[in-house]
Amino acid sequence: MATIVFVDSFKGHIKKSAFESLTYAKKAQPGQEIIALVAGDVPQDELEALGQYGASKVWHANGPAYQDFDSEIQGKTLAKAAEKANANLVILPFDHTGKSIAPIVAVAMNAGLVSGATSLPDTSNGFTVKVNVFSGKALAEVEVLTESKVITVNPNSIPVEKEEGAAQVESFDPGLNISPRVRVKAVHKNTDEIPLPEAERVVSAGRGLKGPENWGIVEDLAKTLDAATACSRPVSDIGWRPHHEHVGQTGITIRPNLYIAAGISGAIQHLAGVNGSKTIVVINTDPEAPFFKAADYGVVGDAFEVLPKLNEAVRKFKEASA
Amino acid sequence: MNILVCISKVPDTTTKIRFLSDASGLDTNGVTWIVNPSDEWYALVRALELKEAAGSGKVTIITVGGAEDDPIIRKALAVGADEAVRIDAPAHDAAFVAKQIAAWVKENPVDFILTGKETIDYNGSVMGGMLAAHLDVPYVALVEKLEKSGNTTHMHRDIGGGTEEVEVEGMFVASATKGLAEQRIPNMRGIMAARTKPIHVTAPVDAQPGVKFKNYSLPPEKGACKMIDPDNMDELVRLLNQEAKVL
Ligand SMILES: Cc1cc2nc3c(=O)[nH]c(=O)nc-3n(C[C@H](O)[C@H](O)[C@H](O)COP(=O)(O)OP(=O)(O)OC[C@H]3O[C@@H](n4cnc5c(N)ncnc54)[C@H](O)[C@@H]3O)c2cc1C
Repeated sequence: MATIVFVDSFKGHIKKSAFESLTYAKKAQPGQEIIALVAGDVPQDELEALGQYGASKVWHANGPAYQDFDSEIQGKTLAKAAEKANANLVILPFDHTGKSIAPIVAVAMNAGLVSGATSLPDTSNGFTVKVNVFSGKALAEVEVLTESKVITVNPNSIPVEKEEGAAQVESFDPGLNISPRVRVKAVHKNTDEIPLPEAERVVSAGRGLKGPENWGIVEDLAKTLDAATACSRPVSDIGWRPHHEHVGQTGITIRPNLYIAAGISGAIQHLAGVNGSKTIVVINTDPEAPFFKAADYGVVGDAFEVLPKLNEAVRKFKEASA
Repeated sequence: MNILVCISKVPDTTTKIRFLSDASGLDTNGVTWIVNPSDEWYALVRALELKEAAGSGKVTIITVGGAEDDPIIRKALAVGADEAVRIDAPAHDAAFVAKQIAAWVKENPVDFILTGKETIDYNGSVMGGMLAAHLDVPYVALVEKLEKSGNTTHMHRDIGGGTEEVEVEGMFVASATKGLAEQRIPNMRGIMAARTKPIHVTAPVDAQPGVKFKNYSLPPEKGACKMIDPDNMDELVRLLNQEAKVL
């Protein structure tokens, strides 16, 4: 028996999600062999370094079929790897890539799929995993009813563990005899460096910022904090900010360690997407804003004054601790 | 152009979530049901726009559920779908739903299929991908732009921190996310017309779910919010560092 972990890369480098998935695999089935499946061009040293996160082997699938992303090729390759390794568990990240591939792996393996795990499996009575439901308004346990299992892991759900080690790298040919049916014509990367769903810190702003021209103070603080930026729904609906920054029940659900919300009232649909954050700071001129009820720290004040002051304070703190 | 849109029934976004006393499921007492937002706002509306641009064709909505789903089916018909299919079985899980819809599509071919990016109840983002796998067609997740030219479909998909432009030929399944279309509010004419549009009720095929949800609970309550003087951001930074340990 083995566990297969899908390792994602972007532009030839392994993504942080891979280290979370590997740590998850190591703890989910202690003692069981972990094989990392990597598709596409990634340098040898990065492949070997996956051993530091618990992979004993890396199976590297490379070639024309893996030049561009195709969920079908990736999903079927993973299922073949699972078959070859006699694996009963496949782990992927619950992000844009994992969401594209996991359902395809699950069908190919005839496996039950847990989407967005926030805990390790509990095997004391069957096989259950905790997830968020109702866009973060509630929690539930998912019991997997099948022999084979696929789990996608919610970002920031497990602290990465690293130790000495090097994985043995082998090339892997799943023998699929199919070519990608999705042709990738172009890839555009956003200028912001940290993708919002994976960010450990997020600075978010709402209609209280009054207009898109005022986002400089939000971006400045985000930069100082190494944080991603986010916004409320109306702000993205009216085009002040791009759609992918919209958080909440109808946007994306995030659970960073730190969520700073400025000029956001805290409507139920907004809270649903962010209340899994470890620490919430709310900055609002209105002491009655509902968001304060969901916050750990509150500042009643004008975002136009508070954000620059906070930025300055964080800068000073970072200088002092550097 | 013959487009299939998968829709799901979910609690209204303002619902205060409560569970049955044995934690086995949602307490549906007093819950208002809606069409899952990304199914309705993005998938359905884009399908309607494409049909309108083509000047002919049909938009069919499909859901797996009992007769209690008919009101939200009528809502989607009021937005503009031409007809509806309801596979008459409880929606056990995404795997079960995908098998049901796949079986229907095999008997009733369509040009392509759109779903929402995820439902706001189980948030799995799973059904569309499983459906594509059962039908052996390409799956494009999180599509924010979709144009047809002949047999070719051009799409932009959100890849988290960027966008990818892709093309597929022929049949595919895509999941719709923000940007694909704008919500349409049904007008009186649409609501009246929806009353007489057909809902075809069909029997389910034999299929097994892969997972079961249980032991629902609410997140632990937050303690009281600590208020910080707006002129003392050093104190906030100190607390974030020493107390919350997030800096
Ligand atoms: C079906 C449905 C789905 C929805 N989904 C989402 C969702 O996913 N995400 C989401 O965010 N919303 C969602 N909404 C909208 C939600 O109900 C709220 O309308 C929205 O979140 C409000 O955005 P806001 O807080 O930016 O704006 P407002 O509600 O207008 O609040 C602005 C806040 O800024 C404060 N403010 C003003 N000036 C300043 C200043 N100078 N400094 C500091 N504070 C200031 C005000 O006191 C106020 O609290 C949804 C609504 C519906 C009906």
